Amino acid sequence: MEDCISTSALLTTDGVPLKQSLKKAERKNKLRAFLLVFPLLLFIIVTFVMPIGDMLFRSVDDSQINGVFSNTFNEYKKWDKEKDVLPPEEVYKALFEELAYGEKIQIGRALTRMNYSKSGWKSLIKTTSREIKKAVKKDELPNNYKEFLISANDKWADPTFWYAMGQMVNNTTPIYYWNALDRTYDQDQNVVMQDEKRRIYIKTWIKTLKISVYVTIFCLILGFPVAHLLANLPLRYSNLLMIFVLLPFWTSLLVRTTAWIVMLQQNGVINGILVWLGILSDDGRLQLVYNETGTLIAMTQILLPFMILPLYSVMRVIPKSHMRAAQNLGAKPATAFWRVYLPQTIPGMSAGGLLVFVLAIGYFITPELVGGKDGKLIGHWIAYHLKTTLNWGLCAALGAILLGVMLIFYWLYNKIVGIDNIKLG
Amino acid sequence: MPLPSYATPVQRTYYYAYLFFCAVVFFFLIAPLFAIIPISFSVSPFMVFTEGMLAWPPDPEAWSLRWYKNMIGDCSADVVSSTVPCSKKWMIGTVNSFYIGIIATIIATTLGTLAALGLSRPHMPYKGLIMAILISPMIVPLIITAAGMFFFYARINLVYTFTGVILAHVALATPFVVITVTATLVGFDMNMVKAAQSLGAKPMRTFFKVIMPLILPGIISGALFAFITSFDEVVIVMFMASIDQLTIPKQMWAGIRQEISPVILCMATCLVLLSIFLLTTVELLRRRSEKLRGIKAR
Repeated sequence: MEDCISTSALLTTDGVPLKQSLKKAERKNKLRAFLLVFPLLLFIIVTFVMPIGDMLFRSVDDSQINGVFSNTFNEYKKWDKEKDVLPPEEVYKALFEELAYGEKIQIGRALTRMNYSKSGWKSLIKTTSREIKKAVKKDELPNNYKEFLISANDKWADPTFWYAMGQMVNNTTPIYYWNALDRTYDQDQNVVMQDEKRRIYIKTWIKTLKISVYVTIFCLILGFPVAHLLANLPLRYSNLLMIFVLLPFWTSLLVRTTAWIVMLQQNGVINGILVWLGILSDDGRLQLVYNETGTLIAMTQILLPFMILPLYSVMRVIPKSHMRAAQNLGAKPATAFWRVYLPQTIPGMSAGGLLVFVLAIGYFITPELVGGKDGKLIGHWIAYHLKTTLNWGLCAALGAILLGVMLIFYWLYNKIVGIDNIKLG
Repeated sequence: MPLPSYATPVQRTYYYAYLFFCAVVFFFLIAPLFAIIPISFSVSPFMVFTEGMLAWPPDPEAWSLRWYKNMIGDCSADVVSSTVPCSKKWMIGTVNSFYIGIIATIIATTLGTLAALGLSRPHMPYKGLIMAILISPMIVPLIITAAGMFFFYARINLVYTFTGVILAHVALATPFVVITVTATLVGFDMNMVKAAQSLGAKPMRTFFKVIMPLILPGIISGALFAFITSFDEVVIVMFMASIDQLTIPKQMWAGIRQEISPVILCMATCLVLLSIFLLTTVELLRRRSEKLRGIKAR
């Protein structure tokens, strides 16, 4: 039998070896499957992946200013800082020419970028530009560019400005990332902390993480018993009660946020009930909204379904006999719950917990509307730099860091949820 | 999960405390949504329960439809209030929201269904990677997506256009279609396709006559998910649409930020009703889909 197979390869009716024919069919099937997915894949790559890539690129990009001052920066790189206090004549000459003949809009954009490195650049270049334009108009090119520039503005004799220029001479810069972590460069190109007053981001990062952790914990505390109840009720009742979880899930985020403002404001429902019950006096109404408390309450309610649903799906399949068996063997209900039931719910808790946490750190709308001054999270600054200050580099760097944090947690999520069971202790 | 008859008094106490806690959480989840409905019928220009509304017997003077009239752009004398502006903005926003939402839903459903069909074939190469890319718009926080899209669409002159907003919404909505349709295709009997083909049906005919009717509930659920995603979305609209390109969520955002008016609550009430309708539809479709695929309800 065996040598019968090995002597000649099987052939299909048209004489092609079977293996080859099957491979061909397989390839065709693969191609067909891929062609079905291809339009959407292309669409997502163009409309979503490329924008995210663009953002990552912008967070380190410094090519605009390098295009404007390319000669100046080239000459600058030749400056030996040990030997000369001020850069050589060629740097001044290149700067003069690029300011005199460069495009005004491009120079304007470059100035904004220069001010991120050191304040004072904008006015310095503006006054100098004026003098240069005058000289060029009169056709009086100076013999000594260095003296000309210093006479136009004596800050050109101040080495600190020249040192600050050193941060911009490359096509890529890490400055936005340092800024996003409240750091900046000193005159010797060392990374140092910002002035006390300008440190806002680390505080916001910590607050974002803190609120996300609190929201996750609250969701777990509130969600666990509810998921347990839903999982153990007969399906008729649990399907009905599930509406309470799913309806908020389907309702517009803005509606839920508005509802919380109505509930929590000073004349709102909760304060009204507390005053009516006599717990609060009329002028002792609580400030529940437009602060961190408001953000916490609203976000907990909005994210709670994301905790309940994964917990429910895990608890649903835990056999009820386990608890009974444990108690039969002499465990007290609390022990049975702690040692038998709880460990089996860990996949659900970790899935729900990570989902809520990851959603919470990226939240923007709710904290922005109910957070007031001190309840705003990192998303607020991303939007602020995108629309108000137009510091797109910093905006992109903040976004990139947030994205990085998210991806780490998603990687964890994938790992933990992928593993079926984790033992306690 | 009833209490056994031999439960001790301590156990009974714990059990009722547990039920009470669950009731409180259910109340916490649902109460805010329903608290806004009566206030939207108030006469007062503030978003509060007035004394007249709480009085017994009910005081008809305290209730009115004036904010609903304001919402639909009827600015007659009994509607106008000094603190609440009246304009056609809500109606313009409604039209725009439906316009963007419907176009985005059609594109997203078509692309997403095709992709789901491809992904469920056993021969799909690099399935994990492709799935990760297709799902990513759902995972990345909206504010990051909005920033990236704003930068990129600014380069290709799509910011401040409806086209840009629709493209962005399609990208955000497709993951929901892919997930729901892929879930429907799990347990889909591929032999039916083979049977249709062996009886001489061409691929298109097979799709429309055999596959489509069976997965239609999944496609419709996916489309509804896609629609609500686009319909609710505000961050991208805020950044990518120009000032006069209003949508409902954008108008609500402006309403909360600037002019806290009861008109917002009227729109919110309408949206709660819409979500009840969508939830019911999706639930019915899910049951029908399970029946069609021969999965017994648990």
